[in-house]
Amino acid sequence: MRNYLNIIVAYSIMMLLIILVGIFQSWSIALTIFNYCMISAVMTLGANIQWGYAGLINFGIMGYTALGGLAVVLVSVAPVPEAWSVGGVNMMTCLGIIIIMIFSTRYILKNIQKSKKRNYLIAGIIIVGLILIKIIAGPAIEQIEAVDPAKTGFLGGLGLPVLFSWIVGGLFAAGLAFIVGKVALGLRADYLAIATLLIAEIVVSIIKHEDWLARGVKNVIGLKRPAPYEIDLQTSPWFINLVEKFHSAKLNLANSLSERQDILNQLVIDASSVYVKLCFAGMFLVVVIILLIITQKALYSPWGRMMRAIRDNEEAASAMGKNVVKQHLFIFILGSAIVGIAGAMMVTNDGLFTPGSYRPMRYTFVIWVMVIVGGTGNNFGAILGGFVVWFLWVEAAPIALFFINLFTAHLPETNEIKVHLINSAPYFRFLLVGIGLLLIMRFRPQGIIPEKIIKQ
Amino acid sequence: MDLINAVIVLLNYTIIPALTYGSQLALGAIFVTLIYGILRFANFATGDMMSFGTMFAVLLTYYFQSIGISFGFLPTALLTIPFAIFMMILYMLLIDQTVFKYYRIKKSPPVQLAMVSVGVMFVTQAVIRIIIGPTDRRFLDGEKFILKATEFKEMTGLTEGLTIKSTQMITIVVTIIVVAIMFWFLNKTKTGTSMRAYSDNEDLALLSGIDPKKVVLITWIIAGILATIGGILYGLDKSYRPFVYFNNMLPIFAAAIVGGIGNPYGAFFGGYVIAFAEIFLTYAYKRFLVYILPESLEPNSLMQLLSTDYKFAISFSILVIVLIFRPSGIFEGKRI
Repeated sequence: MRNYLNIIVAYSIMMLLIILVGIFQSWSIALTIFNYCMISAVMTLGANIQWGYAGLINFGIMGYTALGGLAVVLVSVAPVPEAWSVGGVNMMTCLGIIIIMIFSTRYILKNIQKSKKRNYLIAGIIIVGLILIKIIAGPAIEQIEAVDPAKTGFLGGLGLPVLFSWIVGGLFAAGLAFIVGKVALGLRADYLAIATLLIAEIVVSIIKHEDWLARGVKNVIGLKRPAPYEIDLQTSPWFINLVEKFHSAKLNLANSLSERQDILNQLVIDASSVYVKLCFAGMFLVVVIILLIITQKALYSPWGRMMRAIRDNEEAASAMGKNVVKQHLFIFILGSAIVGIAGAMMVTNDGLFTPGSYRPMRYTFVIWVMVIVGGTGNNFGAILGGFVVWFLWVEAAPIALFFINLFTAHLPETNEIKVHLINSAPYFRFLLVGIGLLLIMRFRPQGIIPEKIIKQ
Repeated sequence: MDLINAVIVLLNYTIIPALTYGSQLALGAIFVTLIYGILRFANFATGDMMSFGTMFAVLLTYYFQSIGISFGFLPTALLTIPFAIFMMILYMLLIDQTVFKYYRIKKSPPVQLAMVSVGVMFVTQAVIRIIIGPTDRRFLDGEKFILKATEFKEMTGLTEGLTIKSTQMITIVVTIIVVAIMFWFLNKTKTGTSMRAYSDNEDLALLSGIDPKKVVLITWIIAGILATIGGILYGLDKSYRPFVYFNNMLPIFAAAIVGGIGNPYGAFFGGYVIAFAEIFLTYAYKRFLVYILPESLEPNSLMQLLSTDYKFAISFSILVIVLIFRPSGIFEGKRI
């Protein structure tokens, strides 16, 4: 119990902060923050598996998040039949060509010895394949993008339930991680960081500019939701009754029937938004708890001990007969898949897919700050890091405004410095997060909740 | 005649812009490589440090303009370079003393220093945005063109015009001067040699009496000069926007690694490799081919290998290819 005391205290403080937001700002904002905290927590769990368990530095989190989001579009959006009829065949042929290219390259790699001939053959396959794809896909893409460009202009998805896409998002991310891992995992840590960062940029720029796939920067809006819609709730009698019962004391204070109706309407609107967010919160909580149980079990299993051994001394682990390369690749895929799930969760929560918003600052570096601040190698720490940093990231502007007003209270309203500072309040979040990271790295490099090794 | 026209087209739309962009990248890449070679970490605050120096140049340019100082036909920003460099070096030394020094003395692994530089990146970005805001700013004044397309056509009687912007000329000339001085310094002076020795083998360098404090100090000073000048040149040529500078960190890293990280010559070269690849692969060759091919073969598409949307992606793909086939860069860099 003593061991878990600091964890319980830290989480209680965090919950208290979110409840305070609920009391002082609004419950809707508090729940939004809570939901995003949980999405961030899933991302940090993924990054923590890679960094904390195995010491692999992955700055490509943005790419996996974006792929997870893409999965939501590709799985849940209804297919666009006209687009499929004008360009579907060509695009499927291209997919076939890519698969043939991969398998023929694999075949050559396996059956021909390392030589110049082999290199030329592979280069030939790739060049011929690319030219074929360009010829076949070019006109098809134009036709697909011409199908009602204001609304569709893309192939659409499969029209399946949106929850299914969370798994697909994880699979997509795992697939990318397999390729990235094969290419980059041999590199030294800081090269790996740069390489993964740049590969993630490539992935995002493909998603941004291939409009036939997911409309690119034109965004996909109105995605399906696994939770009820506010507008449906507001018209369903059971929900109105529920709100009435819940707020009966407040409603009884009303003077007239019409006033009572007005108050009730307002309450129903507020409550519907809270209800939807609660539904999401419930689903996210289930995901976080499942992942936490799995990762905790894994951490204290023989496999987890082996990973730590590899992290702490690669040579020794390798001398004990552990396949370091294979394990690194495996854990890289595992961590990335979790990040992919988080990406799908986030897009589901927002209900829209905006490729333009994937930027390394928000989706790579902030997540890394979460991992470092929370505690590397400790899952409870990682989740806490997600909560703390996201909370700071969102609440930094109000906090900064409060302090600016406090310190410039003696200045007149029109004072230039005061106006300038108030206008730049949103940027204090960078300052807060940056200084937080620097302080933690300096004075508590193992994070708020450090890694704990249980001796058996 | 057609051949000359074709060459002019190529020169105008690819070679000159690529040389300019390459020079800007090269300065940044040498900055990255110096920090990597001597202080031994990947500096993720690169873009924002360049942005920080440029910010002072922008502010001072506005100030100079307001009190009526100008530099004739050259941009006023060139006058502000020494002041901006001074502020930049002060800021870098401040950060080194308060942040990086602790880890250097503790001999932390490079990854930890890289993470610390992420923290510095956040703080620098915040400071920049609080001081100057995130908006797009142009601070170029003076003569805009050295050679205008119409003048060139009149002069030569060709159908294609050649435009040379003054910023392009300034960028190339200033880069050559700065890089030449820096290489001279690194190779011919005693301090430069001691820096190279420190970069090659720290223990041996310390053994032979090289003062590590001095090496670090000089490194930050050179880094400050390179970062500020690189940033100002980029800002003059395009415009100054903090977010763009942060993004520029990525091709700069690509350039440094492609050339072989830790190797200043490689970084210099890498900048041009990245720039030329980006521009040559995204240029639509139709106009060029119209001149050199017989009429029957004239292309009807744009003859563009990749759309310009993929500009950034190209430099990163080059990096990935280099990392797979020649992990230490085109020129031998540090072992990885």
